[in-house]
Amino acid sequence: MLHVEGISKTFNPGTVNQKKALNNLSLHLAPGDFAAIVGSNGAGKSTLLNAVAGSFYVDEGRITLDGEDITFRPEHRRSRGIGRLFQDPMRGTAPHMTIEENLALAYLRTSRGSAPFSRISRKDKEFFAHQLKLLDMGLEDRMRQPVGLLSGGQRQALTLLMATLVPPRLLLLDEHTAALDPGTAEKVIALTREIVAREKITCLMVTHNMRQALELGSRTLMMDAGRIVLDVSGPERAAMTVEDLLLRFRQGAGKELDNDRILLSE
Amino acid sequence: MLFISQTALELGFLYALVAMALYLSYRVLDIADLTTDGCFVLGAAVSVTLAAAGHPILAIPAAMASGACAGFVTAFLQTRLGVPSILAGIVTNTGLYTINLMAMGWKSNVSLLKQQTIFSLFQGLGLGGSWYETVLAVILTVAVGAVLIWFLGTRLGLSVRATGDNRDMVRASSVNPTFTITVGLCISNALTALSGAAVGQMQKTIDINGGTGVVVIGLACLIIGETIVGRGNALRGVAAVIVGSVVYRFIYAVVLTTRVVPIECLKLVTAIIVGLAIAMPSLKKWAAFQKRKMAAGRKGGR
Repeated sequence: MLHVEGISKTFNPGTVNQKKALNNLSLHLAPGDFAAIVGSNGAGKSTLLNAVAGSFYVDEGRITLDGEDITFRPEHRRSRGIGRLFQDPMRGTAPHMTIEENLALAYLRTSRGSAPFSRISRKDKEFFAHQLKLLDMGLEDRMRQPVGLLSGGQRQALTLLMATLVPPRLLLLDEHTAALDPGTAEKVIALTREIVAREKITCLMVTHNMRQALELGSRTLMMDAGRIVLDVSGPERAAMTVEDLLLRFRQGAGKELDNDRILLSE
Repeated sequence: MLFISQTALELGFLYALVAMALYLSYRVLDIADLTTDGCFVLGAAVSVTLAAAGHPILAIPAAMASGACAGFVTAFLQTRLGVPSILAGIVTNTGLYTINLMAMGWKSNVSLLKQQTIFSLFQGLGLGGSWYETVLAVILTVAVGAVLIWFLGTRLGLSVRATGDNRDMVRASSVNPTFTITVGLCISNALTALSGAAVGQMQKTIDINGGTGVVVIGLACLIIGETIVGRGNALRGVAAVIVGSVVYRFIYAVVLTTRVVPIECLKLVTAIIVGLAIAMPSLKKWAAFQKRKMAAGRKGGR
């Protein structure tokens, strides 16, 4: 599935702001894996997701997806197989276009090779309405309204739907509920769990919620200083508590976990 | 009076194509494309020169193709070579001056004498009586507007719109913004050139400096139209530019006949109107802030 082999990335090389954000990092995801990443401030969690998505090219190492080398493939070409959600719900949708038009655009993913002048058909609209109904937010009755009128939570749920409308080979979630209020965040997490399970999507998620990192998905990764310091799954993970996780982090990274946004309880 | 309104209608509809081009670049793509002035003359030069050579109909697609090329150069400069978008338009615009002279056979103006134009050919069909020029102008602009609305609803059109609305999202939807910006600017400049081509054949003459201020007038039409019709979907946008352009030409005609403003000053007046209209959101904000400050002062907020 996803093979990340020894990637490194240094930002602002040769200046006082030089920062090694990824340090010879390797990661393998099997098909259907759902990995949650936690880590200190500036550990390189988002940088890892950006590297996989193609926001920049890595300095060293190789990234392959389903056996295809995508190391030097531009972002817009990788995104045919990689769906992505950002922390900011405004980033994933076009505010002046309607819900229907946004969904149609996401649907482009499938239309590779098909005519650029094709339009949304009635069948597509019915499909969109059906999918919107599954979100249970009443959006199916508002398909002709601009997305800018929706709340942050509704926009994030719509972005999630757009990213998975045609199941991607890999889904990247970058703290996608961090900007939402707790109730809405809970709902978006439930939707994520449901959609990822239904479509059997391989998924890489950054979170600051330790409990979520243990409960959601099938693997927990911890990062520090551009490396992965802990990778647990299976029965070992199932038996783990947040305290165990913190202890293991200390052993792996040789220091306390330092993240001012991390949620230990809740 | 009838003659004046007829002229205002004809020019209003034909210049609406420039405003439509600016709607696409400035509103939809969110790029201030200043290729417009030179591109308008380019369209006119190609069109009049070809009409003079006896090909008035071929002149129209040729002019549009030349405009699309100019748009491509501007797009290439900003997407591939990192030239800031406003500068890219100005650079192309400057270069076009020479290209336009070349298209006009190195003369600073070209006129049609007895050669056929699309308008005289249309008159030959016997449609519209003495209003034949107006009828053709309306048909041309409405047809182009309809195609533009249709295009903005297609998958490619949606990608172009999303590029101007949220570029992050576009990349994440596997659309290449370089490609969509290029497509958008090619189409918008083809429309500008089409406007120049039609105006050139109607007026049967083209001067190398005939494009000065076209971009500002086009923006004025866009803003006047949006004030009257409002903003919203593509249909509303296209309707707005046509209404705005016709209204502008009527104002122009009134000024021309009544001389309330000396005609030499009209470009300055247009520039002031456009400047104020684009500044309006900031001015409103400033006024609201002053009001808020005054209110706080009255309460004795010390």
